[in-house]
Amino acid sequence: MDLELLTKLTQTFGPSGHESTIRDLIRQEVEPLVDDVQVTPLGNLIAHRQGAGKKVVLAAHIDEIGIMVTHVDAQGYLRFTRMGGINPLTCIGGRVRFANGAQGVIYLERREDTSKPPTLEQLYIDVGATGKDDAPVGVGDVAAFVRPLEQLGRRIISKTLDDRVGCYVLIEVLRQLKASPYDLYFLFSVQEEVGLTGARTGAYTIDPDLAIAVDVTATGDTPKSLPMAVELGKGPAVKVKDAGMIAHPMAREWLIAAARKAGIPYQLEILEGGTTDAAAMQLARAGVPSGCLSIPSRYIHSPSEMIDSKDVEQAITLLLTALAEV
Amino acid sequence: MTTPLLETLFTLSNIHGASGDEIRVRQALRPMLEGHVESLRVDALGNLIALKRGTGALPLRVLVAAHMDEVSLMVVGHTSEGCLRVENCGGIDTRLLPGLEVRVGPNLLPGVIGQKAVHRLSNGAMKAPDLDRIAVDIGASNKDEAIRLAPVGTRITFATQARELGQLVAGKAFDDRAGCTLLVHLLQGPPLPYDLYGVFTVQEEVGLRGARVAGFSIEPDMAMALEGTIADDLPKPPGTDISPTSEISKGAVITVMDRSHVSAPRLVRHLTQVAEARGIPYQFKQPGIGGTDAGALHIARGGVPSAAVAVPCRYIHGPIALLHPNDLTHTHTLVRAALEQLTPDILDPNAD
Repeated sequence: MDLELLTKLTQTFGPSGHESTIRDLIRQEVEPLVDDVQVTPLGNLIAHRQGAGKKVVLAAHIDEIGIMVTHVDAQGYLRFTRMGGINPLTCIGGRVRFANGAQGVIYLERREDTSKPPTLEQLYIDVGATGKDDAPVGVGDVAAFVRPLEQLGRRIISKTLDDRVGCYVLIEVLRQLKASPYDLYFLFSVQEEVGLTGARTGAYTIDPDLAIAVDVTATGDTPKSLPMAVELGKGPAVKVKDAGMIAHPMAREWLIAAARKAGIPYQLEILEGGTTDAAAMQLARAGVPSGCLSIPSRYIHSPSEMIDSKDVEQAITLLLTALAEV
Repeated sequence: MTTPLLETLFTLSNIHGASGDEIRVRQALRPMLEGHVESLRVDALGNLIALKRGTGALPLRVLVAAHMDEVSLMVVGHTSEGCLRVENCGGIDTRLLPGLEVRVGPNLLPGVIGQKAVHRLSNGAMKAPDLDRIAVDIGASNKDEAIRLAPVGTRITFATQARELGQLVAGKAFDDRAGCTLLVHLLQGPPLPYDLYGVFTVQEEVGLRGARVAGFSIEPDMAMALEGTIADDLPKPPGTDISPTSEISKGAVITVMDRSHVSAPRLVRHLTQVAEARGIPYQFKQPGIGGTDAGALHIARGGVPSAAVAVPCRYIHGPIALLHPNDLTHTHTLVRAALEQLTPDILDPNAD
């Protein structure tokens, strides 16, 4: 694995709606590998590799979960709201970094009733300010979580593997893919975490015949986890269903056939909570057969998401096999 | 203290236009716009779309939206005594209903929302009423008469008449007749460097439905929603240090992010730069609260960079809202100045 690339991807700033820095980084990587690139009005990056066949889009979202400041109090503490699904429990003691470089630590006010989990309203960010006047940021400013990427044997932990590992897979496919019979679009989508906004509009622009999202999915292999038949390290997961979509059987079988042909393990995924860009893409225009190839991931939307590098490599091989064949 | 802006606001505020039943608002808007715009059309869902040709200096198409509909009740049944059973249609604040005067149906029949006599209340019975226990009294003597006067599906809106109130003005439906007022005056003013589509939308309060189809049909390069938004700036309990959603007399309210939409950062920057350069007071709406037509407009077709600008109004979604005339003026000035100074490079996503 190109850990240097995955490190750059996960560590680059890009909360929903504020993706210009991460988009520029990905653009540098993919522009030499494709026939043309386009940035849509909302900021999606669409990389196009021309082919004679059906239009196929692979999508990975470039935005990450984050926070937005809602209030600076008299002592200089910040209150904030969520951009995407953040869990107060995994925020406490964590750090955030703003677009202008300012950093802060998230902590929890003292609570009388500790029998319930804390709410976001009970958390604050300490940016080292002493009052409103020396706070380096204000209402409306946006921050992303801070946590480095580490390799633990085959496993990798980092912030924002959701969905920079999907971006990584797409970039590696572009690097390694030779000839393909398809007319290929790589959609690096914005604002997935706040409503699949980029994929919805990007799929409209591309008007594809088949759409595949590449994103992370949850696993059922941690202590007392929700029952789920996906494990880390058992191969990429072919989505059957999640809370937002039922994968088109043709898309599902297309991915399964590629896995079999490449001789790599795969898992079938049924995710009870959450969805991906595929849910929006399948409703674009008159409808698009859509599916999703998932990278199993533990601790999604925490600052330390964990994946298995083997699953990532096999996902790349699976997609290369699928795209090389008619 | 009447001004052209306030005159328009009062006229529009007094009109009854529940979601899906905006015809009277549309009828009132037409004569205000005729002669100022090249064309006026009504689309399949009832949006009123005005095209104001620009000078042709810039090859842009800009959509500015304000919604005509207001929160309302709908008749869903009748009691044996001749009262109306109702459902909420767009987020009316039910705490405020008992005892209110309302207008019922296309003929604006007067009605009163029934309540238990205060003498008969036991302690603790003053909590918000359940909507399915509320009955609207239109003075009918029996069920048949009630059905004849207000059949199932009849719309009910607040009876409030707009008026001055100290330094403020009071009225119903400032959400979003305040936005409609700004849009009327924008369209009545001089042409912009590009074509402006002023869209008076339907059914915002029940799911941004008019804006969704208008964004599709117009396919703009940029969109802006004009609103009357929440000002919750009344005194807080001692020791609380939290920001209000917005405040009266603090100027135009710019949305950075709400539940429907993350504003394009370059548009937020443009709005604040114009406000600062022109000395127009502005404030940010506290992020994460509410939603506007921009939520539907920004996902039209291939996506549209969008923003929302609002007049701060106290007590919206209730029978009487309050706003400060200066906020109306400042918001109008900011919107016009920002649109006059809009250039294609501001819409380029690479400029974020």
